[in-house]
Amino acid sequence: MIDFSLLPDGGTRWLDGSGEHPEVVLSTRVRLARNVEGFAFTSRARDGERLRVLGQLRDAMPKVASLKGGVILRVDELATPDRQLLHERHLVSRELAGLDGTLAVRTGAALVLADEVSVMVNEEDHLRLQAMRSGFDPLGAFGAATALDDELGRHVPYAWQGEFGFLTACPTNTGTGLRASVLIHLPGLVLTKEISKVLAGLQQMGLTYRGLYGEGSEVVGNYFQISNQTTLGKSEVELLDQLSRVVRHVVEREEEARHVLLRDAGYIIEDKLWRAYGTLRYARSLTFDEAMNYLSGVRLALSLKLLSSPSVYTLNKLLIHCQAAHVAQYDGRATLSDGDASVARARFVRDALAADVGSHG
Amino acid sequence: MVCDSCRERDAVVHLTQVVDGTVTQVHLCEKCAADKGVETTVAAPKTPLTSLLQTVQQQLAVGSSDQARCTFCQATYKDFRASGRLGCARCYSAFEPQLRDLLQRVHGSTRHTGRQYAPPAPDELQRASTVLELREQLRRAIELEHFEQAARLRDQLKEVAE
Repeated sequence: MIDFSLLPDGGTRWLDGSGEHPEVVLSTRVRLARNVEGFAFTSRARDGERLRVLGQLRDAMPKVASLKGGVILRVDELATPDRQLLHERHLVSRELAGLDGTLAVRTGAALVLADEVSVMVNEEDHLRLQAMRSGFDPLGAFGAATALDDELGRHVPYAWQGEFGFLTACPTNTGTGLRASVLIHLPGLVLTKEISKVLAGLQQMGLTYRGLYGEGSEVVGNYFQISNQTTLGKSEVELLDQLSRVVRHVVEREEEARHVLLRDAGYIIEDKLWRAYGTLRYARSLTFDEAMNYLSGVRLALSLKLLSSPSVYTLNKLLIHCQAAHVAQYDGRATLSDGDASVARARFVRDALAADVGSHG
Repeated sequence: MVCDSCRERDAVVHLTQVVDGTVTQVHLCEKCAADKGVETTVAAPKTPLTSLLQTVQQQLAVGSSDQARCTFCQATYKDFRASGRLGCARCYSAFEPQLRDLLQRVHGSTRHTGRQYAPPAPDELQRASTVLELREQLRRAIELEHFEQAARLRDQLKEVAE
């Protein structure tokens, strides 16, 4: 099993609940897609080519300040439960973890994890530079990703062409290679049934949305990922600016919706949220979807000041730790049956919430 | 065969379209073809190209260029259409006309206006690739238990790295 204590912050500093609007916007991520000049792109590259790409990055690491003290995890050498753990921590994509149905994990698939940034190696593109921040912080995340990009690009030659910009495996990323996304919690808009209008509006603004785990994932627990859809023809700053304006607007709409809910259905909402908290505190079995929905309720209660604990940080941690591989790890096993997982999950949640009550008096 | 457009006159112009691998044929009379801007002679078109002709030409281009092959990674445009992924950076030149059209449709633009990039200086790269090669040789020497050679390679590596 991976010892996450060896990784900087266990790779989850972005959960700490700091930053702007942390009860609504959980985290902000910026990733830059880059390929190394002279090699076929990952899916067409031979094993040896992918290993050389990894070799180039390894050689560059000591010279790149943002990667100093970073660790290289050979994803291709990890067992499935460990790869699942990394995916559940949002550190690697399903594709890199080899969890994508028919695609096995590729030789040379790796994750470089440093303090502020990480790099997925041999994902769809050779290098996916990533920066994650707690709360709403697109500029902070972009600054960190760009610093890494500037330095790394001086030691590793990127595939680049003047007109099209950075060349990526999929033309949907060509140009800036930038995908900025925020993980946002919108229970108010879901409960007031305003959400479909808001989501439809996103598409007109050149943005798109996905579920908790990115591409192809379902919306669960009222969590959405909003990100830019286009990458070419606008500068990075323009793309971030567009995303920021829209996200701020969505946050405002969410706050209005919460206000309306409290005004028009105060006691119903209050009862629903306390029940969610009560269930999480005392249930003996919780499925993943149940846990996500109740956690969504508790997060809403917290931001409405109906509850004073748990902390946002505890809720964020539970979001990660309620997933299958984390629950199994907590139970000391590689995998669990659904029934056993529900029991272990409920125990983990009870313990975490009890500890939080303890620490908050 | 009657014209697909006016359904009156005889069709004399036969256009073959290839859309997503499906071949469809359009049959037009001389007048309708001319109205739509399809020229039946080799002379330069007198009327502006209509969207029909553009579509046909485009699709024909896509159809025939399915076989186009990137000389670097050997991927064909058909491979790209099947997987949605390009094989390498050179594919952008190999399939430029189709990609330009695709980028325009996806992004509303084909011109990168973001951060600019200057590749690293050649001597830096040269050094990096020497390091890679030496490291590879070193690994092989150790595997084959040629320890004297390995020691020499290790010293060389140290020199290059400094």
